[in-house]
Amino acid sequence: MEKVIQVNDVKAWYGSLQTLKGISLEISKNRVTAIIGPSGCGKSTFIRCLNRMHEVVPGAKVEGKILINKTDIYSTQVDPVEIRRRIGMVFQKPNPFPTMTIYNNVASGLKLNGVNNKKVLGEAVEKSLRRAALWDEVKDRLNHSGMSLSGGQQQRLCIARALAVEPDILLMDEPASALDPISTLRIEELVQELKQQYTIVIVTHNMQQAARISDYTAFFLNGEIIEYDITENIFTKPKDKRTEDYITGRFG
Amino acid sequence: MSELQSQYAKRYKSRKFINYIMITIMLLSTLLALIPLFSILTHIGISGIKALNLQFITNLPAPVGEPGGGMGNALVGTLVLVSLAALMGIPVGVLTAIYLSEYQQVGLFPSTVRFVADSLLGIPSIVVGIFVYLIIVLPMKSFSALAGGVALGIMLIPIVIRGTEGMLKMVPDSLREAALALGMRKWRVIVSIVLPTAIKGIITTIMLGIARVAGETAPLLLTAFGNHFWSTKLDQPIGALPLQIFNYAISPFDEWHNQAWAGSLLLILVVLILSIIARLATRGNKLN
Amino acid sequence: MDKDIKKKSTTPRGKSNAKKIPLDKIFQAITFTACLGVILLLGFIIFKLFMESSLSVDKFGFKFITSMEWDPVNGEFGAGAYIFGTIVSSLIAILIATPVSVGIALYLTEIAPPWLSTPVGFLVELLAAIPSVIYGLWGIFVFVPFIRQYIQKPIGDLFGWIPLFSGPPLGIGMLSAGLILAIMIIPIITAISRDIISSVPTLQREGAMALGATRWEVIKYATLPFAKSGILGGIILGMGRALGETMAVTMVIGNRPEIKASLFAPAHSMAAVIANEFTEATDDIYLSALIEVGLLLFLVTFIMNGLARFFIWSVARGPKGGIRQ
Repeated sequence: MEKVIQVNDVKAWYGSLQTLKGISLEISKNRVTAIIGPSGCGKSTFIRCLNRMHEVVPGAKVEGKILINKTDIYSTQVDPVEIRRRIGMVFQKPNPFPTMTIYNNVASGLKLNGVNNKKVLGEAVEKSLRRAALWDEVKDRLNHSGMSLSGGQQQRLCIARALAVEPDILLMDEPASALDPISTLRIEELVQELKQQYTIVIVTHNMQQAARISDYTAFFLNGEIIEYDITENIFTKPKDKRTEDYITGRFG
Repeated sequence: MSELQSQYAKRYKSRKFINYIMITIMLLSTLLALIPLFSILTHIGISGIKALNLQFITNLPAPVGEPGGGMGNALVGTLVLVSLAALMGIPVGVLTAIYLSEYQQVGLFPSTVRFVADSLLGIPSIVVGIFVYLIIVLPMKSFSALAGGVALGIMLIPIVIRGTEGMLKMVPDSLREAALALGMRKWRVIVSIVLPTAIKGIITTIMLGIARVAGETAPLLLTAFGNHFWSTKLDQPIGALPLQIFNYAISPFDEWHNQAWAGSLLLILVVLILSIIARLATRGNKLN
Repeated sequence: MDKDIKKKSTTPRGKSNAKKIPLDKIFQAITFTACLGVILLLGFIIFKLFMESSLSVDKFGFKFITSMEWDPVNGEFGAGAYIFGTIVSSLIAILIATPVSVGIALYLTEIAPPWLSTPVGFLVELLAAIPSVIYGLWGIFVFVPFIRQYIQKPIGDLFGWIPLFSGPPLGIGMLSAGLILAIMIIPIITAISRDIISSVPTLQREGAMALGATRWEVIKYATLPFAKSGILGGIILGMGRALGETMAVTMVIGNRPEIKASLFAPAHSMAAVIANEFTEATDDIYLSALIEVGLLLFLVTFIMNGLARFFIWSVARGPKGGIRQ
């Protein structure tokens, strides 16, 4: 199995608070990897380190090595903007650009990169919206504001926006935490479909969700990685006592 | 890497270039705004220090050609005017803010009061001067310290209202509830719990307000008028530091120009010290 | 509101206190009176300005705004030249202060690290603390000579044939007044823009950033569209301040009531004419005319403040629709 992301001894801080204390793991291509753990265990910080979004918070600091497709993304020659362009990210709450239409929201990433050809844009928008399973719901109102959609639709719009620039990795930071159960289900189905083409890393506080959709699961606690294995193993025969306590609901 | 990706990479160079240009423009804007500040402060410092001495603070203005003139009377005048303004602006402002924060936060009446306060804050100071001229100077048939104090007081009121309301709102509700649960009366809660908790911030606000009105000139032209002699009488015209600076600045005499700079140094020291202390105090507050 | 008080002040010892003087009611009444007083104050200001200017309003009517004739000796008053000066100098100020202020606000909130943005932001705020008479003094002796020597002379030499830059480089005049006003309103627009920009949700910025936007693109696509109307509010507030500014303008504008095409020419302003002539206005119609100038100034700034509040408030409330959850 090809390893797309290789993380080696990554430490991260917010000011003087250390949120990651030496994380090492490898993430497989075209698989869904879930990061679980209680609040404050560093799972969001970790995923934000993967596309260099962690450092945009004032006072934040990262140490260690992360290789993506064999490129060290923290090497001094690498521009964080280029890293972020190649890696899609979906946030906890849907964040479509409020002043843009549905169409422009999806096209925004392409336009940033200088794609102005109407035909190319139109095709890319349709393709991305189809992949995000939103096309049928919005095809007749592409000129409406992105804010006119429901929360679940907004989140799928954000997924479409991330997909439009054709990344090969998709990071999802608790993408369903602000959604109702039905919208959550749609997102989960979507993740299943998307893994054919993308490597997906998803942070979730919902263990059932991790069990349902992921191939691999990493359990984080207090900034450390406690256990990392095939999802089935984590949930059926965890090796570490703390993992077992967590998945059986004894803390967190 | 897909074809699209390599196309992006080419485009990225020009995007990065635009990014640097825009950031440079922002940086230059910032520097541009700081140039006048440094120019003003250094000129006041250098030109002001030359004429500033003890006599300047204690003496009356001297006629042109006579040495040893000062702005003692103007300094006293500014103190009198600012005290009057404080006497009027602080109670009205703080009481209004208490109503807005403790008794009725939402509704037509409090919104109206806030709107009025904001409008008062935006009135050109010279218009406040006209108003006070009409209601005090005309009936009394004389420019007076009282009129000047009232004009500055009117300007102080909205500053105190808005600042104090903000500070009172920062007091956590749990504190009020704890006091009420102890059986305290509401006015007691306000006076002995809420106000003391917010007092540091309120004083800060008031100091900033006073710093602001102490430098006002325009309304004083029509009210306090200025006076070249010692006076603390409320029904007589009175001097003020900014008025004296203005009169000297537009005079044709170099000597008076120097005095205007010295007066400015004095005024800006008062204003800056008040605002710096106030701002440092609020910053400490926020951290706690 | 009464209900609220009663509910909150119901205490176990309510009975014994009931016999005492109703201090609660009295205290509330005092604070309520203060509020009423503030409203009445504004009402009284408006009333007085209308009352005392009626003589001039009745006599000159609408012509007061358009006429250029300001002749105290013959009792003829038209504020056209003053209105022109006020508007043009304020427009110059806005045109220059807006890009600079937005640039500063963006630099301080989006680019500069906190250790730099805090002290620099503080320095920019200090610009607002400097009394306007000091701006005037600095204007007369430092700024105006600089403008004359390094701006007006070279521009006049090159572009003197354009009416906008014609005439002798006096220094004193419309351009200097506009530029000083610009410096004075920069801290106002900057402060409001900073507040508005920092209220743009982080999630919006990160959304753009995660797409691979450069810092400028984040500003262009996420920050500015969100902050637009609030910044507009700040600009209007700055405009209101510039229109009413008196001392610094009086000291550098030249106080000549003429309408000239050249930015280099001396001009006059509404606030300046009040400051210069009010205490010398001996007869009733003269005084009334000056009060009418004050009334106009008041009305314009009053409307501008209302507009500014509306725009700033609309941002503080969030965009239309908001994020549904």
